[in-house]
Amino acid sequence: MMKKLGIATVTALTLSAGGALAAGGEGHIHDVDFSFEGPFGKFDQNQLQRGLQIYTEVCAACHGLQYVPFRTLGDEGGPHLPEDQVRAYAEQNFETFDNELDDTRPAKPADHFPGSNIAEAPDLSLMAKARAGFHGPYGTGINQLVKGMGGPEYIASLLTGYTGETKEEAGTTFYENTAFPGGWIAMAPPLAGEDVEFADGHSNELHHEAEDISAFLMWTAEPKMMARKQAGLSGVIFLTVLTVLLYLTNKRIWAPIKGKKSH
Amino acid sequence: MKPSLNNDLDGCGFRALLSYGAGLGLENGEYLVSHAEDHEGTRRDFLYYATAGAGAVATGAAVWPLVNQMNPSADVQALSSIRVDVSDVAPGTQLTVKWLGKPVFIRRRTPEEIEAANAVSMDDLPDPDARNANIDAGSPAVDINRGLLPPGAEEGTDSEWLVMMGVCTHLGCVPLGDGAGEFGGWFCPCHGSHYDTAGRIRKGPAPQNLPVPPAAFVDATTIKLG
Amino acid sequence: MSGIPHDHYEPKTGAEKWLHSRLPIVGLLYDTLMIPTPKNLNWMWIWGIILTFCLAMQIVTGIVLVMHYTPHVDIAFASIEHIMRNVNGGHMIRYLHMNGASLFFFAVYIHIFRGLYYGSYKAPREITWIVGMLIYLMMMGTAFMGYVLPWGQMSFWGATVITGLFGAIPFIGEPIQTWLLGGPAVDNATLNRFFSLHYLLPFVIAALVAVHIWAFHSTGNNNPTGVEVRRGSKAEAEKDTLPFWPYFVMKDLFALGLILVIFFAVVGFMPNYLGHPDNYIEANALATPAHIVPEWYFLPFYAILRAFTADVWVVQLTSWITGGIVDAKFFGVLAMFGAIAVMALAPWLDTSRVRSGRYRPMFKWWFAILVVDFIVLMWVGARPTDFPYDWISLIASAYWFAYFLVILPLLGVIEKPMTPPETIEADFEAHYGKADTPAE
Repeated sequence: MMKKLGIATVTALTLSAGGALAAGGEGHIHDVDFSFEGPFGKFDQNQLQRGLQIYTEVCAACHGLQYVPFRTLGDEGGPHLPEDQVRAYAEQNFETFDNELDDTRPAKPADHFPGSNIAEAPDLSLMAKARAGFHGPYGTGINQLVKGMGGPEYIASLLTGYTGETKEEAGTTFYENTAFPGGWIAMAPPLAGEDVEFADGHSNELHHEAEDISAFLMWTAEPKMMARKQAGLSGVIFLTVLTVLLYLTNKRIWAPIKGKKSH
Repeated sequence: MKPSLNNDLDGCGFRALLSYGAGLGLENGEYLVSHAEDHEGTRRDFLYYATAGAGAVATGAAVWPLVNQMNPSADVQALSSIRVDVSDVAPGTQLTVKWLGKPVFIRRRTPEEIEAANAVSMDDLPDPDARNANIDAGSPAVDINRGLLPPGAEEGTDSEWLVMMGVCTHLGCVPLGDGAGEFGGWFCPCHGSHYDTAGRIRKGPAPQNLPVPPAAFVDATTIKLG
Repeated sequence: MSGIPHDHYEPKTGAEKWLHSRLPIVGLLYDTLMIPTPKNLNWMWIWGIILTFCLAMQIVTGIVLVMHYTPHVDIAFASIEHIMRNVNGGHMIRYLHMNGASLFFFAVYIHIFRGLYYGSYKAPREITWIVGMLIYLMMMGTAFMGYVLPWGQMSFWGATVITGLFGAIPFIGEPIQTWLLGGPAVDNATLNRFFSLHYLLPFVIAALVAVHIWAFHSTGNNNPTGVEVRRGSKAEAEKDTLPFWPYFVMKDLFALGLILVIFFAVVGFMPNYLGHPDNYIEANALATPAHIVPEWYFLPFYAILRAFTADVWVVQLTSWITGGIVDAKFFGVLAMFGAIAVMALAPWLDTSRVRSGRYRPMFKWWFAILVVDFIVLMWVGARPTDFPYDWISLIASAYWFAYFLVILPLLGVIEKPMTPPETIEADFEAHYGKADTPAE
């Protein structure tokens, strides 16, 4: 019975984890097969660079990335830009207020991206972890176990989920969106397809752009993801070896104590 | 309600495996027993050592991150090297920047200042060491060994650029600049140390010349510190 | 150490004797480590070590995180991001700490239910049980306050809702709530005191753990049969027991290794699975998240809290009797703490002569329902409060109380238990046969 209890508890854990994330009025989120998914998943460096370009040319007009330092654009496991490009990127695109100068100056690699320009636009640094695309079913959390939390999928679905319908309420225009909880969002469609030209000649169709920016925002939210998975994997492998050794040792110590089975 | 696991696995235990191996192709009963025991003893010891070893490695692997987290974090490391724009620094003026939490003087010297520095005899220097992190340790404190060469300048020539830590080598005050002191260089107001136009200590309690930090021109108007 | 007779530490060399006569610490460690342990313990007895490991891991990773965390409303959230992005290995340490709390509660729940099934709470182990319940309460407090520190939306609103419970206490509720928060609402003062207490309480827990171990080392461990170790002589006791080292240490370490493999897989590959996405949004006192859900390990008791609404007759009756002093809100709070209190009273509510559930045919079923009940409560605690979830949570809550207050006392009277084995030795040999001649 205690064995059953153990299994039941595991089930309970799974159930409640999903339950914690259940919410009403869900939009439709489609699953995207991102390169960084799974225990061996890695960020696609080119995709992150394209995402950075989309962020710079489109999103940055309103949204900030205040927790992301420019220097991390050069990090391995991220967009991995060369050092001089990182410096040029920061200098040419952004200004920072320097407390010592008491004035603004061109941004340096050690500075952070600025925050949002308008109050209504949320900061995007952690957006891919602050949203869950997948829930349930029925509060069981199985979907998230199978597909992942679905943060980047939520962003990709949102960007491709505009129906074209609009409505006015209290002087604000709302746009219908199939992914947004409640169905009407205040943000006008930011991407229409062919919004940016990629130097590597990659397709700039809407769903490609949406996936690229989603992947980039997953990186901004979890820049150490690849290091984490590597640490997790080495931990699992090494602990498995240790556990096998402990199992054999335990077996050996107990061997003289336990007789042959009595049947 | 069986106390599980042990129960099921006992039949195919390690011991059964060993006696099976020991029994292979051996006729002499006595020999078999003693041989098998030796063999088993070695294998048991090996197992214990391997387990203890793996446990020690696991512990070490767990301790290292706890130690390493106290090393400077990425944001602090990022500031260990800064770039300074010196395009606005005219001859005869200086710039003070903060680097690693301390002031750094960047002075573009006039020909007169360089001349005055070169005119000093080595015998007049309390500290004959150049204290320059960019050249060999122990080099003499002649003016050529104190200046920072701009790009394109020939090796071994004198430079108008003087980059050094703005921290008095006596007790850490920030010396006054722009020709202060008896030697037209810097003067520390705390205890009256006088530095000349090459930042060398000439008079007062300070024991050493103002040190030159690791620095280099990355282009005509930018100096990289660190 | 009283209890089961066994060998004690004998100082041999001069230096050992010198130390032993002044501070018998080696003796204490020896007696603790070599404590005679019933040899028939099954795999449900590994969780104590897992829990000790969890406590140590949480304290060590916590101390390290404090070196980089700033408990101020303006930068608490940013300082967590600093840990995640800049500190060497900070992301791993933080995820270990975060998921370590989940492992801690996962283990403690199995540990508690183990005790409930095998009757570990029954005489003479009541003190062990009560101290264990205190540890559990401390754990809940520590985890709750720790969850506030990242200063995300769930941190803030969780703190607001839970401290609001104290406001439900009649007459003195509001002053108590204000005193707890250090102001009219959750703010910087709250964050700072929660940080201080979150650092302090684990050490209180560690002290209570020492008392917990001391208590059951005095009475001896319970075991799956519930039969006591024979204590007539050392020779007799040795037939029922084995020293903790190396037999149970190695067994527990093997189990720990196995569990850590799973734990590392969670931390490495899905560290946010058990968390809530809203906590990656910085706290905002002006916008409540759509659904405030506590961490999974609080859900069963959160469900009990929410189950008793104003339209439940028990609540109405209580309200009428007390002249409205106990309203629905306060009733919910009483029910939540009461759910833990009745569990703590189990030693006196269980009237059965037989200790272990293994030999109690009827008890087994009621216990199984209790386990399912707990899981249902956990699930329903995160669901909305409308039909049918309101009914599910009410029925499940009612069963929780019924189990402890009605079923446990009655079962002892009406149930015909089976006969447990005479001795632990007999039980052990029934499973594993007699020990071989000492060949190895």
